[in-house]
Amino acid sequence: MARIITVTSGKGGVGKTTTSASIATGLALRGHKTAVIDFDVGLRNLDLIMNCERRVVYDFVNVINQEANLTQALIKDKHCDNLWILPASQTRDKDALTKEGVERVLNELSERVDYIICDSPAGIEHGAFMAMYFADEAIVVTNPEVSSVRDSDRILGILQSKSRRSELEQEPIKEHLLLTRYNPERVAKGEMLGVQDVQEILSIELLGVIPESKAVLTASNQGIPVIHDDKSDAGQAYADAVARLLGETVEQRFIEAPKKGFLKRMFRGNT
Amino acid sequence: MTQAQNSASDQSTFRVRATFAPLTHLELTNFEPGRFERELEEKAQQAPMFFRESPLVLSLERLADPDLEIDFAQLLDICQRQGIKPIAIRGGNLVHQTAARGVGLLVLPANKPHSGAEPALEPAPKVEAPAAPEPAPARLTKLIDHPVRSGQQIYAAGADLIVTAPVSAGAELLADGHIHVYGPLRGRALAGVLGNTEARIFCRSLEAELVSIAGQYKISEDLQNGSEWRKSVQIMLREDRLVLEPI
Ligand SMILES: Nc1ncnc2c1ncn2[C@@H]1O[C@H](COP(=O)(O)OP(=O)(O)O)[C@@H](O)[C@H]1O
Ligand SMILES: [Mg+2]
Repeated sequence: MARIITVTSGKGGVGKTTTSASIATGLALRGHKTAVIDFDVGLRNLDLIMNCERRVVYDFVNVINQEANLTQALIKDKHCDNLWILPASQTRDKDALTKEGVERVLNELSERVDYIICDSPAGIEHGAFMAMYFADEAIVVTNPEVSSVRDSDRILGILQSKSRRSELEQEPIKEHLLLTRYNPERVAKGEMLGVQDVQEILSIELLGVIPESKAVLTASNQGIPVIHDDKSDAGQAYADAVARLLGETVEQRFIEAPKKGFLKRMFRGNT
Repeated sequence: MTQAQNSASDQSTFRVRATFAPLTHLELTNFEPGRFERELEEKAQQAPMFFRESPLVLSLERLADPDLEIDFAQLLDICQRQGIKPIAIRGGNLVHQTAARGVGLLVLPANKPHSGAEPALEPAPKVEAPAAPEPAPARLTKLIDHPVRSGQQIYAAGADLIVTAPVSAGAELLADGHIHVYGPLRGRALAGVLGNTEARIFCRSLEAELVSIAGQYKISEDLQNGSEWRKSVQIMLREDRLVLEPI
């Protein structure tokens, strides 16, 4: 049985797809058979970030509708072993993702791999709901700003109350916070929330902090998930996050304690 | 003379007896006046016995949009034209409950906490056969031991509510009785929502968007200006005013 991990956020553009690609790749690089599914029907871009868009023949919806089988639709990753991509359909409407269909595909995939990563679309609509419903774990991708934190909070509430695990009254979905696009200088200047601020509001375990990094854009333009770039800060931060996901204890990097700046601000206000 | 009359309580002019009369519920999923009247007319003609001379409860628990604006005066007019007499609403949000009281309806607690995300089951008003009376629930305390997140609403119907975890901004706690929050209270807390002026709110760190007891409320702006912000406090009603006291 595979572990199903949903990458979700509520808000768009926070780094879910970037994270799905790198976490899936990271697990595969560590020797775990992994499949990553794009739930963003109509907007697919996971295949772009993973540079397999020219090899898409069948997609997730084809498999749900039994127009193709999993073997036909899964795309083997070019950059590493143990990794397969199930692309989203670009054309069909979102209702094509039926609960029964998604469950059947996940069950079948579960027999073949150790981890299934679900890249969720933005919003709290049907597609996002389908991506989270069957999850065992959720990586809640959050940017250090108030609106993103609020959206993540909302998603955490939905994960708690509207998932298969909650409906069957099983052990709840394991929640991880991944802070992305983190810019310590802007945090120090008080332009962004700090790690502690976000953690205090959301009160869930911190999986990692991914710094705002040029390497991410370069990587996505080349179609190579940034975790392959092990010289880059973002690549290393994702590798740390994967290690923590696997239960290892790794110290947080790229945080740069904002304490000094914060105190300075406080005192400036008083003088 | 007066004394004699008072002691002879068994000669009182009335006697209070609890009985279980069946209550017909009209479950609204939506309210468009024109359509409502047409459908009600049809139903009343099909099954006049259901409606005439029997107390009717308007249930708002299955509204497709739980925050739908409802003009209760208009709704009562329509019912009256069809010879139907609603006596109470069941459930609904605070706006509904306030408005319903305003036109003389009673407010009964929802059977279950209504969740905004629940899909509507039926597009049209639905008439239920008179249901067997529910036994009066024991006064229990509702205990929530996980964070209450933005967008979530918890209602302790006929009960106190205890939350041992944080309550996020954008979350809402409602209780007919007291509310206790042991994590930071950042959302809204409304105690005594059916009018119990004895209800109180207790919290470990007051960072709320709104607190209310029996309809009297204070918003975050007022609270932040006070000395109790982020402190351990109890909130109660004293002569119709909300009072905050450190604990
Ligand atoms: N750590 C980061 N540093 C810089 N840019 C990032 C980072 N993470 C994501 N981005 C950029 O943000 C945009 C949105 O990312 P994406 O992963 O597609 O978000 P989502 O899937 O949540 O909509 C992309 O242009 C991506 O390159
Ligand atoms: Mg995406």
